[in-house]
Amino acid sequence: MATQFKPLIIPLALAAAFALPGVAHAEVVKMAFIDPLSGPFAPVGQGILKSWQFIAEKANAEKWAGDNKFDIVGFDNKGSPQESLSQLKAAIDQGYRYIIQGNGSGVALALVDAINKHNERNPGKEVLFLNYAAVDPDLTNSKCSFWHFRFDANSDQKMEAMTSYMAKDQNIKKVYIIGQNYAFGHQVTRAAKEYLKLKRPDIQIVGDDLHPIGQVKDFSPYVAKIKASGADTVITGNWGADLALLIKAAKDADLKANFYTYYGSTTGVPTAMGAAGAERVKYAGYWNVNNEKFAGKDIVEAYKKKYNDDYYVLATYTGLLMMGKAIKDAKTTDPVKVAFALEGMKATSLNGDVEMRKTDHQLQQPLYIATWTKVNGKDVKYDQENTGYGWKTDVKLDTYVAAQPTSCQMKRPS
Amino acid sequence: MEFTLITLLNGMSYGLLLFMLSSGLTLIFSMMGVLNFAHASFYMLGAYFAYAISTKLGFWPALIIAPLVVGVIGAVVERYGLRSVHKYGHIPELLFTFGLSYVMVELVQLVWGRAAVPYPIPAELDGPLFTLFTTTFPMYRGFMMLIAILMLVSIFLVLTKTRIGLVIQAALTHPDMVEALGHNVPRVFMLVFGGGCALAGLAGVIGGNAFVTEPGMAATVGSIIFVVVVVGGMGSLVGALLASLLIGVLQTYAVALDYSIATLFTGLGAQITSQTFGYPVLKLTISQVAPIMPYLLLVLILIFRPRGLMGTREG
Repeated sequence: MATQFKPLIIPLALAAAFALPGVAHAEVVKMAFIDPLSGPFAPVGQGILKSWQFIAEKANAEKWAGDNKFDIVGFDNKGSPQESLSQLKAAIDQGYRYIIQGNGSGVALALVDAINKHNERNPGKEVLFLNYAAVDPDLTNSKCSFWHFRFDANSDQKMEAMTSYMAKDQNIKKVYIIGQNYAFGHQVTRAAKEYLKLKRPDIQIVGDDLHPIGQVKDFSPYVAKIKASGADTVITGNWGADLALLIKAAKDADLKANFYTYYGSTTGVPTAMGAAGAERVKYAGYWNVNNEKFAGKDIVEAYKKKYNDDYYVLATYTGLLMMGKAIKDAKTTDPVKVAFALEGMKATSLNGDVEMRKTDHQLQQPLYIATWTKVNGKDVKYDQENTGYGWKTDVKLDTYVAAQPTSCQMKRPS
Repeated sequence: MEFTLITLLNGMSYGLLLFMLSSGLTLIFSMMGVLNFAHASFYMLGAYFAYAISTKLGFWPALIIAPLVVGVIGAVVERYGLRSVHKYGHIPELLFTFGLSYVMVELVQLVWGRAAVPYPIPAELDGPLFTLFTTTFPMYRGFMMLIAILMLVSIFLVLTKTRIGLVIQAALTHPDMVEALGHNVPRVFMLVFGGGCALAGLAGVIGGNAFVTEPGMAATVGSIIFVVVVVGGMGSLVGALLASLLIGVLQTYAVALDYSIATLFTGLGAQITSQTFGYPVLKLTISQVAPIMPYLLLVLILIFRPRGLMGTREG
């Protein structure tokens, strides 16, 4: 067998050598999407993978990165940090230089750590981490890394926005905080308590619960507890099935509290809420298609037509927009040069002007507070998950409102 | 008061669902000596079959058909799988069911995908049953409890009042004697195994849409039902009922208790701050450790009463 291959080696090597300069002009930017594609958070992960691929197609057609093409492939991490590290290794072995992840700050922290080590040990083979949704503030503070860029607003920014809005509502007297027992859940309850104390010291925190992530199938005991506490408002960082089931249980028990969520628009939650969540569930996020100008409606419509699903993860758009710009600016797809180009970059995304802050790689962007409302054709034109309900923009907060200081001491490659 | 009653109802409805699952398991165990590791997989199959049938025919036909199909599959597994490994002893049987549980999860993932399927509560049962003070109790939970109680009564009647029930009871303890009297004991085994699986399937039909129908659902309840069987006493139906209710109520109430070792110490006058040694452990509240309570109970029961609450034989 071996002898049969020998004559092939030289022509192949030659072909490869000649092909290389050609490829350098129009490269395929291979990106590994490491997120849960099975298990309780699979619907969220799979939906977002489709969003990335959809935007990549658009970016390739519109030449956001010049002649370079984005190619995004899913790697299933089953929601576990351990599994993510082996998927990271697999992706690196297959030549991926760009990693995309977002579902779970625990995973993001593990990835940042592994990528820092990999890049230090393998100069010339660096990989870059594009974080679209892992919002633990540590990632751009004490654990900040040159190789990590966050396109979502972090949980402190969102809590700042949320509490600024809540502070104006004098009906809020008793707040109950419930979250998932991991890095992000801890950050939400800490920030909620801190900011509320500052902005509305009269508000009473009547409960503070952490439950195992992705394990609880029956939230009725928690809802009974919330009810017993007399809370008029619930703050939760839950996402995916954990939020859908919580809202479902609240609906079953006829809990009359308002819900301030981070992720009310994630897959499965709108269906669980239906009419029961109307006027009661709010979310703080970086975008909402029912915005002042309906910016992004063509994407939402095209996405719906193609997948019969909703496009809601704007970070996919902002991320590839800025990546494309960085690749064009750097005139290469080399992650190190692209990273330097991304630092401090300004762009206009669908939610307005955004900036990738140089000091900590945290995207600075306007934030929205929206309420679950029946579609009325005026300010709520687009529904979610065919429920007939959509998000009504209550307020758009300018970037500076939610801006946070950072303690990041960035180490840059020399 | 409102909280106590609602939590009790929630705990009982969850407990009754556990009982539906564990009754089959405990029957199978006491009769064949097989710890059926695949039992929870039959629960999952029930939910998925019900989902598939309900999209075509509706929920009510699914409620009847899905458990029957699961029962037939169970009987086939016993006849052509377990019976052939039976002669090699208990360990091969155990390994067989263990392997089977993995095969079933993979098959389910191949057919229905890795994500949860949208298996909704039927519209007739979606809504409040009654209002207790200000909390509504969902109709579907009431339905769950009703089905579980109906099942309990019918098992009791079948086991004590019918001829086949008496044969089963006899075969539980004296299989050789029953065989000598001319009864086909292997066929009784097959019936019990199939019946136990059908009960698990029925639990799946009504548990699948009350909670979530996903490939992970077997693993979620799988370990809990073993706790139920051990705590209740191997082979004891009454024990399984008591243990199910106990665990259901224990788990739901535990969620409500925000006490930790730190609160205990502070109550005794000790100063506990985040600087104190072992603070991360001390500050854990009962509600945070609620998910491990059943296993704690399992360990305690095995230490202090190895035969379980109502069990009759040791170990």
